[in-house]
Amino acid sequence: MSEKETLIKELREIIKPYVQNQEAFKKLSEETHFITDLEINSANLVDIVLDTEDKYDIEIDNESMDKMSDVKSAMGVIQDKIAAKG
Amino acid sequence: MEKRVVITGLGVVAPNGVGLSAFEEAIKAGQSGIQFYPHLKELGFSCCIGGMPEISEELKRQYFSELQLKDFKSSGILYGCMAGIDAWKDAGLEINEQADYDSGTVFGAGTSGVEKFREAIYKLDDKKVRRLGSTVVAQTMASGVSAYLGGMIGLGNQVTTNSSACTTGTEAIIMGYDRIKAGKAKRMLVGSCSDDGAYVWGGFDAMRVLTYKHNDSPEKGSRPMSASASGFVPGSGAGALVLESLESALARKATIYAEVLGGEVNSGGQRNGGTMTAPNSEAVQECIKRAMENAGVKGSEIDTINGHLTATIKDATEIENWQAVLGLKGKSFPYINSLKSMVGHGLSAAGSIESVASILQLKGGYIFPNINCEDLNEDIAALIPKDKIPLRLMSQDIKVLAKASFGFGDVNGCVIFKKYEE
Repeated sequence: MSEKETLIKELREIIKPYVQNQEAFKKLSEETHFITDLEINSANLVDIVLDTEDKYDIEIDNESMDKMSDVKSAMGVIQDKIAAKG
Repeated sequence: MEKRVVITGLGVVAPNGVGLSAFEEAIKAGQSGIQFYPHLKELGFSCCIGGMPEISEELKRQYFSELQLKDFKSSGILYGCMAGIDAWKDAGLEINEQADYDSGTVFGAGTSGVEKFREAIYKLDDKKVRRLGSTVVAQTMASGVSAYLGGMIGLGNQVTTNSSACTTGTEAIIMGYDRIKAGKAKRMLVGSCSDDGAYVWGGFDAMRVLTYKHNDSPEKGSRPMSASASGFVPGSGAGALVLESLESALARKATIYAEVLGGEVNSGGQRNGGTMTAPNSEAVQECIKRAMENAGVKGSEIDTINGHLTATIKDATEIENWQAVLGLKGKSFPYINSLKSMVGHGLSAAGSIESVASILQLKGGYIFPNINCEDLNEDIAALIPKDKIPLRLMSQDIKVLAKASFGFGDVNGCVIFKKYEE
């Protein structure tokens, strides 16, 4: 499995508890939007960020969090933060 | 024209019974829900007994989604939502697809999510505010329970939480009744809940108003009207009622439990003997008197009283107040009982749980027993005949029942229920 595939798989697990649209979740891709596709309550985006921080032992600042609106952007933020950690 | 208001649904989560049928069975059997809690002893409490409803993880999931239960730590909201949803369904009402602008809720609470708040405070003090997560506000805001219920059911009329200490539950009923009577809503889900455990009960333990004599005999601990009453036993849970305009209930052929004839809330203003913690007797009498006037009933028409009666020295004063305002001496005094003998003092949940018990009595034609009162308090015995305080389940056709609650802040509430007659 490529690094990217692994990351998507892990992200799936993180967002799973907050998903309201299971049909869209089944078809999850990099283009999937958290709110418009998965119908995640916007308040829960905060919880997804905290769960992500715990999973990768990173800290996601407010500016980065604002960017995390879909799978692709979330993966970007995670990769950047892991890289910055060294 | 003013609307008549009836009760079409009930729900209850109590220390001696979760769900309406388990609860009714327990109150008829005189079954105590009071237990010894080791963690209270470990924390150094004087009173280590109390009443908490027992709810399995499985049962929780019949009411809440996994997502709602994630990081969920509000016992009051849990009990309130369970009782509220039960009452709604018991009334034969559906979960609304769209907001129902004719249905609302007044659902009271004393505190909200104390456990959740404690967790948040620890994180905050540890400089981790950004790690609190998204549910601290919803679980700790005073109106948490009504907000959860409003969303679960799809209520579109007034959705609010009232709070008046131990009067809360009775006050919620009167507030919902007033709203329907005025024609502002067709249905109001009313009730109240209380958080439980050390962080809610500690303040009362510190005031020395809880009994410390029954840590080895929890079921004997809550002793309203008894000569050996030595303070109250803390309880918790929730009670809920669906109030509905008679028109609406008849139109949908709903089962009618009873009618709310009227009620009153007032305060003694912490004057004339009233304080933050003690009631002004004149105000108590005024409250009951106005409730009766509002309901259009005379003292002699009241068949039974469900008292506040917490098991402190104030029990005799309460009986004296009832006697003064009803104008009934000796044999003519109605039967009187206190649910607190079985479930303890449910604090903000007390008025609603006790009202559910009262309405079950009206519907079922019985008076549930007062337990732990074999040794009647002398001052009470001097006021009314002993047999007015049933120690065993009594089969009794009752038409009119008066329910009162009194709370810290010198606040009072009294509601009059009547068996429904066409």
